Amino acid sequence: MKKTYAIEVDCANCANLMEEAANKTEGVAKATVNFMMQKMIVEFADGADAKAVMKGVLKACRKVEPDCEIEL
Amino acid sequence: MTKKQKKMLTRILVCAVMLIALQVLPVAGIPRFALYLAAYLVIGFDILKKAAKGIGNGRVFDENFLMAVATIGAFALAIYEKSGDYNEAIAVMLFYQIGELFQSYAVGKSRKNISALMDIRPDYANIEVGGKLEKVDPDEVAVGSIIVVQPGEKVPLDGVIVGGASTLNTSALTGESLPRDAKTGDEIISGCINMTGVLKVRTTKEFGESTVSRILELVENSSSRKSRSEDFIAKFARIYTPAVCCSALALAIIPPVARLVMGRSAAWEQWIYRALTFLVTSCPCALVVSIPLSFFAGIGGASKEGVLIKGSNYLETLSQVKTVVFDKTGTLTKGVFEVSAVHHSPMEQKKLLEYAALAECASSHPISKSLQSAYGREIDRSRVTDIEEVSGRGILARVDGVPVAAGNHKLMEQLGVDFIDCHSVGTIIHMAIDGKYAGHIVISDVVKPNSKQAIEQLHRAGVTKTVMLTGDAKKVAESVAKELGVDEVYSDLLPAGKVEKLEALLSRQPGKAKLAFVGDGINDAPVLSRADIGIAMGAMGSDAAIEAADIVLMDDEPLQIAKAIKISRKCIGIVYQNIIFALVVKFACLALVAVGAADMWAAIFADVGVMVLAVLNAIRALQVHNL
Repeated sequence: MKKTYAIEVDCANCANLMEEAANKTEGVAKATVNFMMQKMIVEFADGADAKAVMKGVLKACRKVEPDCEIEL
Repeated sequence: MTKKQKKMLTRILVCAVMLIALQVLPVAGIPRFALYLAAYLVIGFDILKKAAKGIGNGRVFDENFLMAVATIGAFALAIYEKSGDYNEAIAVMLFYQIGELFQSYAVGKSRKNISALMDIRPDYANIEVGGKLEKVDPDEVAVGSIIVVQPGEKVPLDGVIVGGASTLNTSALTGESLPRDAKTGDEIISGCINMTGVLKVRTTKEFGESTVSRILELVENSSSRKSRSEDFIAKFARIYTPAVCCSALALAIIPPVARLVMGRSAAWEQWIYRALTFLVTSCPCALVVSIPLSFFAGIGGASKEGVLIKGSNYLETLSQVKTVVFDKTGTLTKGVFEVSAVHHSPMEQKKLLEYAALAECASSHPISKSLQSAYGREIDRSRVTDIEEVSGRGILARVDGVPVAAGNHKLMEQLGVDFIDCHSVGTIIHMAIDGKYAGHIVISDVVKPNSKQAIEQLHRAGVTKTVMLTGDAKKVAESVAKELGVDEVYSDLLPAGKVEKLEALLSRQPGKAKLAFVGDGINDAPVLSRADIGIAMGAMGSDAAIEAADIVLMDDEPLQIAKAIKISRKCIGIVYQNIIFALVVKFACLALVAVGAADMWAAIFADVGVMVLAVLNAIRALQVHNL
């Protein structure tokens, strides 16, 4: 399952860090952050609950970039 | 400007005013310190907060940390040295924030500009309800509905014209500025702009499936596929910051200790100051922001020209293409039959064509069609009598009462007419009028008008080898290749044979050189996906091509191939310029700082300056129209 979320992040390096953090979150098979389009494309692992996983992703992202926003 | 940016601007202004006021206000001692501290906090509190949070989260070495350490250090040094010069710490923070604001503003602005370029999304569709037009969301229009497109409006959905005639501006889709005529019965593609007449269109696709949606999806997702340069920068930033922090620490400790060992005074303040300046200089922002921005601008600029690139990685590969392999039919040639020559005719060519077209008027064979279109005028069937088709040979008829024979050499032999054999490539129609040989007409698949120029331009753009693959006969293939100046040609290939040949070519590629395959996407999908870069052309409305290819040319104009390569070269050029420029300036500044030749002011100017220049350079990738 693949979903796209709108995000808000100011610097390109922070976007890279967010991508790294999201990829390490449990339940995420692959996450790509598109800094220019301000989008995060998340491919979930089989059987993962997207909502619960995205909460974890947001938390992980806030750790690396406190200013970031993911529209869930 | 967004809310965030406005807030930042206010903070910058407040801090700047406070800083200027403090230069003239006659305060001293503790109040003076308190005021400076207030100014510092106005501009830098969020950085300090982020740095603290970063440390709390176990992420020590980021830009915020660098700036926090550098400015607090400068503050502490000013207190320690009792110089009372707090300006430096505040100014550094101020410039850093100005730089960040500019970066966020510039990126936001170009994001908006590029998105506007690609904005082909129609806002509404007109449906006629009870004689009145009603505007509805294109998403809600069912397949088979009749929609009305007025002059000046975008065509919202793919369909077939059922009423009206007009000219269409397809430039948003193809980059081609020449308008296209459209009349009843023609297929029409969403995203075109209707220019002159009112059109009634029966939709054939839902909005989500229509050309416009597919293109938008493709372009919007394109910058998600990252190129090697982007990966390099991400990895680089990951090791760079810790490396710089360690160097700064070494700079603060090793030289003073060494001096102590040598029996001189340690000069701690001087070396700590240099270490802090070193930290300020080292911010990697310029690199990190300008690379994705360059790719984004390049892809945006290309799509404006009708070249859709599915990802930054493909843009990068395209720039390294040294061999271009073409499919012949539909790519270099039009894929339709046309009269290409008339030989040995004792009468005027036009007259001969007129006889041929009239004789063939009853046939719907492609060859007859091409004769009729070469004649170009309305065919008056009443002039033709006694039409007799000689199967496998041709046609006998009377035109204006004169017996006319049109067919192959077998027909001529049958009639006992002496004919002149033709050495041209293609289908030959011999003509005999009133029992006498009247020359022959050559019908062949014609080369697109710009194919030769396209091959030339590819060579000029640095492509070393052009190859043509075709299922056609050797004679045809070789004559086309010679005419166009293609270097190598392989003929009589079945689709599977094309893949084999391509693999053979791929294995012969030297080193980093890449191979691109250009096809019309109809039956060469396996070849398209096997090549390093698959380019599909004439893709308006063809889903298969959009799926299989890495790069989609909206037009079937072969010149676009060279253009796509030039665009990619320019964009990659800018990426490398930025990488080299930013790194050289950075390392030069770091070296100057380490030997004490530059102070913190110079450091912050270098940092922000490089970033501004790199961003402006990146935006240049958008200007690709005149390549």
